[in-house]
Amino acid sequence: METRVNYKNELNLMATELRLGLPGSDDKPSIRNNKRNSPDISEDYSSSKSSSSITMPGDDDQDSPPPAKEQVVGWPPIRSYRRNCIQNTKKNKGEGTGMYVKVSMDGAPYLRKIDLRVYKSYPQLLKALETMFKLTIGEYSEREGYNGSDYAPTYEDKDGDWMLVGDVPWEMFVCCCKRLRIMKGSEARGIV
Amino acid sequence: MNYFPDEVLEHVFDFITSHKDRNSVSLVCKSWYKIEKYSRQRVFIGNCYSISPERLIARFPGLKSLTLKGKPHFADFNLVPDDWGGFLYPWIKAMARSRIGLEELRLKRMVVSDESLELLSKSFPNFKSLVLVSCEGFTTDGLAAVAANCRLLRELDLQENEVEDHRGHWLSCFPENCTSLVLLNFACLKGEINLASLERLVARSPNLKSLRLNRAVPFDTLQRLLMRAPQLVDLGTGSYVHDPYSEAYNKLKAAIQSCNSIRSLSGFLEVAPRCMSAVYPVCENLTFLNLSYAAGLQSIELTKLIQYCRKLQRLWILDCIGDKGLGVVASTCKELQELRVFPSDPFDAGNAAVTEEGLVLVSAGCPKLNSLLYFCQQMTNAALITVAKNCTNFIRFRLCILDPIKPDPVTNQPLDEGFGAIVRSCKGLKRLSLSGLLTDQVFYYIGMHAKQLEMLSIAFAGDSDKGMLYVLNGCKKLRKLEIRDCPFGDAALLEDMGKYETMRSLWMSSCEVTLGACKTLAKKMPSLNVEIINESEQTEFNLEDRQKVDKMYLYRTVVGHRKDAPEFVWLL
Repeated sequence: METRVNYKNELNLMATELRLGLPGSDDKPSIRNNKRNSPDISEDYSSSKSSSSITMPGDDDQDSPPPAKEQVVGWPPIRSYRRNCIQNTKKNKGEGTGMYVKVSMDGAPYLRKIDLRVYKSYPQLLKALETMFKLTIGEYSEREGYNGSDYAPTYEDKDGDWMLVGDVPWEMFVCCCKRLRIMKGSEARGIV
Repeated sequence: MNYFPDEVLEHVFDFITSHKDRNSVSLVCKSWYKIEKYSRQRVFIGNCYSISPERLIARFPGLKSLTLKGKPHFADFNLVPDDWGGFLYPWIKAMARSRIGLEELRLKRMVVSDESLELLSKSFPNFKSLVLVSCEGFTTDGLAAVAANCRLLRELDLQENEVEDHRGHWLSCFPENCTSLVLLNFACLKGEINLASLERLVARSPNLKSLRLNRAVPFDTLQRLLMRAPQLVDLGTGSYVHDPYSEAYNKLKAAIQSCNSIRSLSGFLEVAPRCMSAVYPVCENLTFLNLSYAAGLQSIELTKLIQYCRKLQRLWILDCIGDKGLGVVASTCKELQELRVFPSDPFDAGNAAVTEEGLVLVSAGCPKLNSLLYFCQQMTNAALITVAKNCTNFIRFRLCILDPIKPDPVTNQPLDEGFGAIVRSCKGLKRLSLSGLLTDQVFYYIGMHAKQLEMLSIAFAGDSDKGMLYVLNGCKKLRKLEIRDCPFGDAALLEDMGKYETMRSLWMSSCEVTLGACKTLAKKMPSLNVEIINESEQTEFNLEDRQKVDKMYLYRTVVGHRKDAPEFVWLL
């Protein structure tokens, strides 16, 4: 359901309004306006849409950016309990709060900080670390850790132990990780 | 019939268990009515306002098992304000006062207060089974009262309720001599649980067959519980996150292997995908698998698991399984009867991972399929026509396209023909939910062919009153009709007012129905309660008859207006 929305000059509060009608329908409560022309039953629908205040998907310019997602009350029809569970999972996955941890690298003069919530997986995190510290960490394997590379990423968990990054599921890691330390390969081999 | 002494008739009636049949029996003659009345133990009340507690008790004084449903179905989707009604307390109070020997209570969409739970726990010494589905209004304190006072409790089943959690001491309230538990489901509780109490409780419940844990029960507790209850038939895990190389994980693997009675598996509210392999041994005998809350599992893990589930009859899953994953279901689960695919990202319509393809695959591979709930990105007429050809046994068919008025993306046509094929082919269809772009034509087909239809849910569909009329005229067995955001108005509402006496209820919101028409209906049909839910500031006196009502809910009743309606509900 795409309509052109002008973001340039206005806050476009309309786009965030919660209402009963469908996104893309106009100002008046669209519940009053969703009467379509009653076409003959066999009429081809692709031609008769101008009188409807509900725009059919696909009939507008595909290049315009999609509007902010308006939510129709009670749609999709899932139980509030399930809806709340999904929203809680999303919240726990960290939308908005940020989770900054210190990152130290052996030999570097100062520490850095990164927001773990920004990443969705280990490869993303490792790539970010490689970019930040200009080094290569290499591939993780369950058996060998980061063997074969000069550096090994480790983290301090809730119990105060130093663990190798990559062993536990990502979600669990984000919850347990207190700080990161990029160890030099020679030292790291002790862990594996 | 008068030749038989009452006791013989009563014994014969014992074999008649269906509510419908017992209702019929009571209409035969006065003496049958009387015998049936005193011997009736189970009563089902689909709308708690259709009758009063006092009349129920007078009618069936021997009542032992009561099922009550409160709020209209659309309350599940936030369309009904809190405090609308559906209070349990008056029922408990009346049954307690009349010394009803209540043993079982099953509630759906009711408001259950701690006070009512406490009164229940103290008033019925033989109380055995409490099932609460989609209810609210209580806290863990109410559960504590039930645990402490219901000495013979066998079942405590909490399904998807909103419970205020005052922490986990309620479990400790089960007395040490309580050993009768058969079913314990507290998966919907959000708070901490006293794990030691839980372990002791399970240890002293040799008859425990069904155990569903909440998120607060960790992996290692699960392992210990399974060691104590290898006889479990139905298991719902809590948190299922652990290091797959640990000792605890190996112990769990061993524990699960000794549970060879498990036929039903659910939970995984938090899950580490790599730990799923411990569950594989259980899969080959599973008949019900519910992974619809396991947001941490991706398609690849889901399909790996499902490949072992050859005997599966019911599957509830998230749409991240994808069309390909549904293909695996189709080729593995030949006994499948019920499929529910839920959206993992419901508010982003562009993201649903299943389309019409997945459904077609399942319909082709699972000929026994008779019940469907399917949230998807899109649907085509061709797909629905194919599904209708492959599966003629549908009893329940609920399709939800996340974008509510989306046409067939291939032809840009409405989905009338697709749904038409479904109702034409599935002669036993009892429940139908529609979505997508739909005109009056689909209702024409429904009225013409859906002769067994009992419940119909419509949203954002139709062009005119004709649509609603096709349904009201054609569906002779219709009991529940719920409509939102459709252009149906007064003419359709008032055409056949007597029809509503044959139905349980009608819900219409954001349609074209005016206050005047609702008033007319209420006046002409005293056997119906016509309720208007008005959440704006306008009082009844300001709203003119020709103005449209936001939400109307009408239902048949034998007790007239209810006394507990809040201010925003107008009883016409």
